[in-house]
Amino acid sequence: MKTDDLVAMLANGEVAVPRHRASRRVWLAVLAGLPLSFAILFIGYGVRHDIVQAMFWPMFWVKVLFPLCIAAAGFVAAERLGRPGVSPRHAWAGAVLPVLGVWALAAIAWFTVPADERMPSLMGQSWRICAASIGLMALPVFAAALVALKGLAPTRPALAGAASGALAGGVGASVYALHCMELTAPFLAVWYVSGIAVPVLVGALLGPRLLRW
Amino acid sequence: MERNTVGSRTNPGDVEAALRGLFLRGLDGDAKAYRDFLQQLSAHLRAFLGKRLFGWPDEVEDLVQECLLAMHNQRHTYQSDQPLTAWVHAIARYKMIDLLRAKSAREDLHDPLDDELAVFAESAEEASDAKRDLGGLLETLPERQRLPIVHVKIEGRSVAETASLTGMSESAVKVGIHRGLKALAARFGNSWGAAA
Repeated sequence: MKTDDLVAMLANGEVAVPRHRASRRVWLAVLAGLPLSFAILFIGYGVRHDIVQAMFWPMFWVKVLFPLCIAAAGFVAAERLGRPGVSPRHAWAGAVLPVLGVWALAAIAWFTVPADERMPSLMGQSWRICAASIGLMALPVFAAALVALKGLAPTRPALAGAASGALAGGVGASVYALHCMELTAPFLAVWYVSGIAVPVLVGALLGPRLLRW
Repeated sequence: MERNTVGSRTNPGDVEAALRGLFLRGLDGDAKAYRDFLQQLSAHLRAFLGKRLFGWPDEVEDLVQECLLAMHNQRHTYQSDQPLTAWVHAIARYKMIDLLRAKSAREDLHDPLDDELAVFAESAEEASDAKRDLGGLLETLPERQRLPIVHVKIEGRSVAETASLTGMSESAVKVGIHRGLKALAARFGNSWGAAA
């Protein structure tokens, strides 16, 4: 087929497309994945029994909101990376700054508590299951975000995969925070950050394989 | 910069404005504008890719076609707040990397893959023959995708006509076109390895 024939073929018939599909697709991915993440929370874990009381504690909100900032940054980055020639610009800062903030809180906490309370504040009661649980709750959003990106045109698939991971990991950690009883900054700095980092790394590895077009 | 024998220098700013106007009208459903857009775009891609694939002159037309098909399939990812040059360049570059990777010509990667957005700096109207037979690839698609493409996109029938002709529903015809063009693009990409 000659190029002119291909041009004629492509321009024949209906050529209109709806605009602003990219951000809508990523939104739909979040909306599709989020109920499943909550289902995992309610069925497999349960919300912490003192959730109403916990809402008055600043650390509870740190725990819920710092992953949410990372998720928002991941959303912006994924939506931008899905469109050829659009750079994620400063979106990565939105993911890095909350982590640095939590690390700073953790460092302050670490050096202000008595030495024998340091390790307990780092390991908490649930360090064994924390990162894995976050990963599990991230999974629905992660899969949906990859499907959304697959419908777009990421020219930097590893970064796009990592952005999906940040979006999903952030959402997963926020949801898991409603179950988790831990309230110390060192715990968040290590286990929550690890739980979010895993989907980011997995996304960066899977992106080039799954997001080819 | 010396002149290419078949290419002519163009002003990227003017081209950007003109092509963007045509493209946006196309995205709103103006098929004539869209066709003009693709026509002019193919000339720019030919010059741009030809210069960077000088080692493989035979692949240029194939890659032009692959880029056109990709840009058509991904046209929903363009947003009007973005320079068209950047969008076109990113896709052309992505497809060129694919080709070079398939040829595993890593030692040449630094040269063709410049980041200069010169994609509209030249235009080459004259097409050499494509090596790959896109018509042949079309034949390999399943009927539910091939027939809608043949009737609507090649013979220019309406979706309704095609639906009654093939016994498919109108939405199945539309889906067939959409999926068929995507499948065509995928087969296109996969066939680089075989051709190299």
